[in-house]
Amino acid sequence: MASTRKFQLPFDRNEAAITWRVVKSSPMTLAGAVIAVAFVALAIADVVTRDAILPYNPYALTTQLLRPPSLAHPLGTDDLGRDVLSRVLAAAPIDAEVAFSVVGVAMALGLLTGGLAGYRGGLTEEVIMRVTDIFLSFPGIVLALAIVAALGPSTLHSIFALVPVWWPTYTRLARAETLSVKSQQFIDSSRAVGQRPSYIIGHHIFPNIFPTLLVYATLDIGNVILTYSILSFIGLGAQVPTPEWGLLTVQGESYLRSYPWIPIAPALAILVVAVGFSLLGDGLRDALDPRVRGTFG
Amino acid sequence: MGEAKTLPAAGGGEAVGFGDAVLTIKGLVVKYNTFRGELTALGGVDLNVRRSRIIAIVGESGCGKSTLGLSIIRLLPVPPARVAGGEIHFAGKNLVELPESQMTRLRGTGLSMIFQEPLSSLDPVYTVGDQLAETIRVRDERVGKPSYGPFRVAPAPEESHRTASRLLGARLPRPRASRKYPDEAIKALREVQISDPELVAAKYPHELSGGMAQRVMIATALLEKPSILIADEPTSALDVTTQAQVLELMRELRDEIGASVLFITHDLAVAAQIADEVVVMYAGEIVEHAEAGQLFSNPMHPYTEGLLQSFPRKFKDEEKLKAIPGDVPDLRFPPSGCKFHPRCTYAFDRCRVELPLAKEVSPGHRVACFLRQ
Amino acid sequence: MPTLLGVTLITFLISRVIVPDPARTWAGFRATPAAVAALAARYHLNAPLYIQYFYYMGGLITGHWGVSPTSGRPVLSQISQYFPATVELAIAAIVITIIVGIPLGVVSALHHNGKYDHGIRFLYLAGFSSPPFFVALVIILVFGYVLNIFPTQGELSSNLAPPAHITGMYIVDSLLTGNWTDFVNSVWHIVMPATALALTVFGIVTRITRSSMLEVFQKDFVRASYAKGLAQRAVVYRHALRNALIPTTTVLGLLLGALLSGTIVVESIFLWPGIGYFALQSIENLDFPSIMGVTVLFTLSVVIANLLADVLYAVLDPRIKI
Repeated sequence: MASTRKFQLPFDRNEAAITWRVVKSSPMTLAGAVIAVAFVALAIADVVTRDAILPYNPYALTTQLLRPPSLAHPLGTDDLGRDVLSRVLAAAPIDAEVAFSVVGVAMALGLLTGGLAGYRGGLTEEVIMRVTDIFLSFPGIVLALAIVAALGPSTLHSIFALVPVWWPTYTRLARAETLSVKSQQFIDSSRAVGQRPSYIIGHHIFPNIFPTLLVYATLDIGNVILTYSILSFIGLGAQVPTPEWGLLTVQGESYLRSYPWIPIAPALAILVVAVGFSLLGDGLRDALDPRVRGTFG
Repeated sequence: MGEAKTLPAAGGGEAVGFGDAVLTIKGLVVKYNTFRGELTALGGVDLNVRRSRIIAIVGESGCGKSTLGLSIIRLLPVPPARVAGGEIHFAGKNLVELPESQMTRLRGTGLSMIFQEPLSSLDPVYTVGDQLAETIRVRDERVGKPSYGPFRVAPAPEESHRTASRLLGARLPRPRASRKYPDEAIKALREVQISDPELVAAKYPHELSGGMAQRVMIATALLEKPSILIADEPTSALDVTTQAQVLELMRELRDEIGASVLFITHDLAVAAQIADEVVVMYAGEIVEHAEAGQLFSNPMHPYTEGLLQSFPRKFKDEEKLKAIPGDVPDLRFPPSGCKFHPRCTYAFDRCRVELPLAKEVSPGHRVACFLRQ
Repeated sequence: MPTLLGVTLITFLISRVIVPDPARTWAGFRATPAAVAALAARYHLNAPLYIQYFYYMGGLITGHWGVSPTSGRPVLSQISQYFPATVELAIAAIVITIIVGIPLGVVSALHHNGKYDHGIRFLYLAGFSSPPFFVALVIILVFGYVLNIFPTQGELSSNLAPPAHITGMYIVDSLLTGNWTDFVNSVWHIVMPATALALTVFGIVTRITRSSMLEVFQKDFVRASYAKGLAQRAVVYRHALRNALIPTTTVLGLLLGALLSGTIVVESIFLWPGIGYFALQSIENLDFPSIMGVTVLFTLSVVIANLLADVLYAVLDPRIKI
């Protein structure tokens, strides 16, 4: 057992190398990685250039209503003459923002509560895990839906509502990981030399459990986008005229029979991004699994 | 014993020319693919198994004795394992080339195998009686007898009673009409010294002890009457008393159905108790094969000698125990020549370059060592 | 039981604490100040929180789940009106999920790391990752509009009279009353929505079946079953699958949760008159009591499904004692 890791990179160099080898060996994981990187790159580029990289202004109304796909408009135009492709692409930063903030906050909360529960044990653990179990017994969307309905529909409220859906998973994970790290010798030796618990948690436990949590976070990015788009679809997430995939789908729903690309394109975008992150996360999880790892090492 | 021959697979068509051998293995090579390279688990094994003999296959762990057993009955995990060469003749067929469907028909009634962990060898969700009934059905279907009805024996008052008791968390009074298992299954359990067979038949595997479970496995073999029974360390997981009882049962089994038993063990004491013949394996090869008495009184191969010296023997406790120096070789990079030469105190130049082949040095005693040739 | 209490506590907190002005929200945003005040008094909304919780629990248990400000009807009576259609849809979806999900898991495990395995893994990952509205829209487009095989809306053609009300589920009722026209018609209507729901959740079943099959394949009794002469089919189905199904039951709650969440989208797309459709309408009207009613109902269903899974686990596994 290498003693401790500093909190520099989530993976140390050796681990990163092994991870990359596992990722490389699976075409599905690689495809997932490509999709994920492309999505994030698009989101950043779109924000930085203020929609300038898009073929058309996603908000500009024109007189070219409901045009079928053509060279000028690969996905046609919608009922207000806006370019469908541009609107679908313009949704990337919004969905990315929601996904990364929800997963980030959920992970931080999970790390704190789960780390605390695992490290302290006893009553603290009992209380934290009980609360976690209760949150986990809600079907995801239903809990988010109730919270947004209480707060009022909006993207910000969606983020508030989605965090309680996701943090319990991270709490459980962080607790389990903390318990396994805690049982290792170097924690005992740190404690023996009289280091404070906060130091041990910050310097020994967090850096060791972080990689696992990060892998699950990758898996979850897609899931959060999915759930958020459902909230938007039922009218509780993004509000018009924001281009957001779930909202774009529901707005285009009535054109399904005659202009199917209008609702299908944004829905397909969700599918592609969610599949991408799932494939990547699945592959990374395999890479982190010592059983799979052994066969490569 | 006469009954055993009514089954087609049970030693029916015996190939001419192999004496009274039921099973003949020639030049069997088995390789394993690992991520760290290919290893040769069996490097050309020759073996004749005669009718109704108990042959102990001994050697340290990793010498290929279990691989040999699994490759005979063709239950090697493929991949990573593969048979890279050789022949296995049984019932007039070469098992190495036999299609899986025909192999399936040979398993159980022709060749059978029992394993080290008897408790995990039984399916946890069916009762012992169910599993024996299944065995009987498989056997009867082979000879075209009408099958024993549905797999699960209905009705099952015993079981529904147990389920109900479990769910209610209380012990309900036991229903009188117990579940009816085939008479033959009950009889087989009685034959393996289980005193209340009806009760045991209604039990689930987790309710049995290890010794009891291994008896059930032997009862399975008894029902199918195979001509070869491969037993892979069948007593290693059991305590000494139970071990002795199970060994006794296996001998009775041989006497009753006339099966040959390949008894795989790392324990020379067990081999001495049960075997008619002993095969000693080292690094994927058979180094010595002789009658048990002959081998224990007059070991010819230096490895056998070393093994015997490293084992405490009765009546000779003043003798010092000696460990064989060195380690079992890594089979991905086997030593040149005789695989044992790096650990052999008698090794000379020829041993380092040339692989000694097994030769019959006295009637029925084969050794693969240049010292004896 | 502690879970149940915890769940009600959270729904209580959402409906009384997170909501900025409970009385106003409950009364509906068109209500007069007097009506709001009357409502606050009636539901003890000005009392301390712990008192309110008692009333809240009392209401849940006695069946008083609040009154919808839009329709003026008790929430519970509306829910019970929409409930049968959702039960019917969920059962159909579960049947499809099991029929599709378990065999795919078995095939995937049998061809571990082979082409079929990769294909199936991709398929269920795509299922997990696809928004229910995507699946629903594609199905409607292909089988409803282009091929024109199945009806795209409702649970019965509008020119037919619904069967006599027994359970509220049209398929069951028409069967019980021997109304064949209605029976065929309602089966025809349920195919697409049930398939759409099943496609987004079958991966839950496939994934666990696959992984538990792979685990069972490593067990000694599988090897021992081959050794005693069983054919592969018998070993796989009678022994391996029977054992692998035990862990599969544990996802029952998860499955139902995903399924019920999916109904909100699928029912509103197919205009299926169930709870999901009711939920969406309540959201559009900002009918808060009704939304909370649906939340409580769905969560209770999942909690009950989890309890049921525990019982099923014990029935399937003789080693477990409750």
